Amino acid sequence: MSFKNKLHEIKEQLKGKKVAPAFNALHTFLYTPNETTHSGGHIRVADDLKRTMNTVITALIPVLIFGMFNAGYQHYSAVDAANGTPRTLDILGNFLTFDNFWMGALTVLPLVVVSYGVGLAVEFVFAVIKGHEVEEGYLVTGMLVPLIVPVDTPLWMLAVAVVFGVVIGKEVFGGTGMNILNPALTIRAFLFFAYPTWMSGDKVWVHEAVERAGTVDAISGETILGYLAQGRGSEYSYSISEMFFGFIPGSVGETSTFLILLGGLFLVFTKIASWRIMLSAILGALTMGLIFNGVVDAGWITESSKFYGLMSFAFWQHLIVGGLAFGIVYMATDPVTGSQTNKGKWYYGFFIGFISVLIRVFNPAYPEGVFLAILLMNVFAPTIDHYVVQGNIKKRLKRAKNGVLKTLNVETV
Amino acid sequence: MSKDIRIKKGLDIKLVGAAKAQTNPTKLSATYKVSLEDFHGLTPKLIVKEGGEVQAGGPLFFDKNNEAVKVVSPVSGVLTTVERGARRRIISLTITPGADQTPVTHPVLDVSKASSEEIKTYLLASGFWPFVKQRPYDIVADPSQAPKAIFISAHNTAPLAADLDYVLSGQEVLLQKAVTALAALTTAKVHVSVSGNNAPMAGLKDCEVHVVSGPHPAGLVGTQINKIDPINKGEVVWTLAAQDLLILGNLLETGVFNASRTFSLGGSVIENPQYFSALIGAELAPILKSAGTTIDNYRLINGDVLTGKTSSADGHLGYKNNSVVALPEGDDYEFFGWNKPVFNKVSTTRALTFSWLFPKKKYDLDTNTNGEHRAFVVTGGYEEVFPLDIYPLQLLKACMVKDLDEMENLGLYEVAPEDFALTEFVCIETTAPTNY
Repeated sequence: MSFKNKLHEIKEQLKGKKVAPAFNALHTFLYTPNETTHSGGHIRVADDLKRTMNTVITALIPVLIFGMFNAGYQHYSAVDAANGTPRTLDILGNFLTFDNFWMGALTVLPLVVVSYGVGLAVEFVFAVIKGHEVEEGYLVTGMLVPLIVPVDTPLWMLAVAVVFGVVIGKEVFGGTGMNILNPALTIRAFLFFAYPTWMSGDKVWVHEAVERAGTVDAISGETILGYLAQGRGSEYSYSISEMFFGFIPGSVGETSTFLILLGGLFLVFTKIASWRIMLSAILGALTMGLIFNGVVDAGWITESSKFYGLMSFAFWQHLIVGGLAFGIVYMATDPVTGSQTNKGKWYYGFFIGFISVLIRVFNPAYPEGVFLAILLMNVFAPTIDHYVVQGNIKKRLKRAKNGVLKTLNVETV
Repeated sequence: MSKDIRIKKGLDIKLVGAAKAQTNPTKLSATYKVSLEDFHGLTPKLIVKEGGEVQAGGPLFFDKNNEAVKVVSPVSGVLTTVERGARRRIISLTITPGADQTPVTHPVLDVSKASSEEIKTYLLASGFWPFVKQRPYDIVADPSQAPKAIFISAHNTAPLAADLDYVLSGQEVLLQKAVTALAALTTAKVHVSVSGNNAPMAGLKDCEVHVVSGPHPAGLVGTQINKIDPINKGEVVWTLAAQDLLILGNLLETGVFNASRTFSLGGSVIENPQYFSALIGAELAPILKSAGTTIDNYRLINGDVLTGKTSSADGHLGYKNNSVVALPEGDDYEFFGWNKPVFNKVSTTRALTFSWLFPKKKYDLDTNTNGEHRAFVVTGGYEEVFPLDIYPLQLLKACMVKDLDEMENLGLYEVAPEDFALTEFVCIETTAPTNY
């Protein structure tokens, strides 16, 4: 008996039992089910949710691998800088090295494993308790989470946050497709508010910077936004191309705008993510950046202001530092928590970009606003949709009214 | 005057096994079946008792809510079986044809002289009326209501559906008679949608002809209504299928309800896909046998692949159908079907699915759902194939939670299940929008 038939037999035996969803999750991972259409149309497209999620993960893989190299690179280059011999970047010479990759893998892979292990365990438990199938939403969430946290996030913290995020952020609402907030960002927000010392500051962004703080081996772990927020913008020496290609400190996956851009283009090409949200979010961020630049140019804010550093930061450079690009491409485009109408997506995306830069500038304690902006807009997305749909309803009512007037031979309004 | 309609949003699903343009006549079949599911919104009261005799064109049952609406028998013979379901609801009537096939003959009606009331009475008495459907609700029309317009689509864009340009060709005289009668039936305007300026119905008078182009659902009457004259609250439109006009035309010319119909038999399972002419309700098994099938594990669909009904292999031609399709049953597993590149199935995304590279290729799809049922996750996919000025996802959600006011506001009155068939096809979560 073939493997396929064996699995089919087990599936039939488990039917109706509590553990069936758990088995089915593994089974459908190996084989798309033998289910046929029972009602309505008789044929279906080739895509399913697994394929959709898998496409997003594919788009994240380059970012993850780059993040591993960069984690190692940032560590070693900070050590060198502390020893008085600052590095100059040489992609083949001192970036794409085995040492960098090995160090990065040792710090990043445990985050991936914990994120998936804990998250999927929660999903399985809920599926079994509630008797629904294990849905694929966590496949993407589980990959996003390690990419949006600082490299040295303690694994137990991550585990606690994942449990919180999946249960409170998603399962209590009914699982994948029903949640209001993006689960990955819920996890990130939980980490940020529960363990702020581990999630922000000038130490957490480079591996071992926290352990070494206060010792003779102390190294810097500051991000560009961190420097700017403290008005020390002159102290970092990253070039524009280093910012764009991502050879800068930051959360694991957020640094390489270049790879994120490629991932974004891939998602738009495959029609998995909404180009409307991405484009409008970029426009929103540029608009807010321009406004701040204008404020500085007008002389309303002087160098003595604590907002001067970030306000005077060139508007377009906001897109290539921090997590803005990552948030726009991979998180704002989450179809469940974003606006669902095409028109609504324009407003939704624009405000994400707009508010992200706003929070960046006005929140000196934590100079990154994209995750808060997306969570905020997650909450407003249904409201945006409501007004878009109301527009359609009003149009219909107006048409009806005009129709009645026409039959009464009255001039239409 | 013709007003053209161009549809951009939509999807043409190209399938293997389109019927060749040749029509085979069929013999009188052993039984004929009239299924009640073909008459939405009609509560039957039998006129002929089980075992009783009926003439071709003679009434089988009438509508309890409106006694003038009668459904007639396609053949002369004996009503052998009345199949009933729960609470004795009638499911279908089986008629065994007799040797004498003399039909009921009505006096020929001169449409140009008849009043609208006379035409209506004639259509009701002859049994043609059930072919007239109304929206909202897509049910058999209520003859006492006045529609604001009558819509006829003579352009079929559904995959593997009968090509109406072929089926209707050469029947212009009958079609004109039918359209003239419909135009005289009410004060409402008659809209006819055709595939091009050379289509059989393109030159008809007494109606407004529209040339529709674009991908499916351009040919659906719901799409055309939305583009030409959308339904508002409190309004009613009537719709007719173009092939049914032949029955009406025949009726007006000869006074006989001729239940003969040309229908397409297609699908990758059929060896010789082609057209057949048979009486409504004819057995499909002998026809399938003559066309030949390549495999045994197939699904026979009464209607097109998006909106048709599953039929058993010994099923009968539906009362209002003009296409029958056989597709391979997809009840098998596929190893790593969710992540490997897909070349042999249709997809509206490009997520390692390559149907976008081959727009001309014809596909051999089966009935597999390609994934399990899920909650709504992805957005924007429905809108790409839904040309109506309606928010499909929001309307479906309103239907799911049975919010009647919201359904009405979002335009439920304008649509029929068939309008949602494409959204169902592209649905990644494999929900069934047409069920709500």
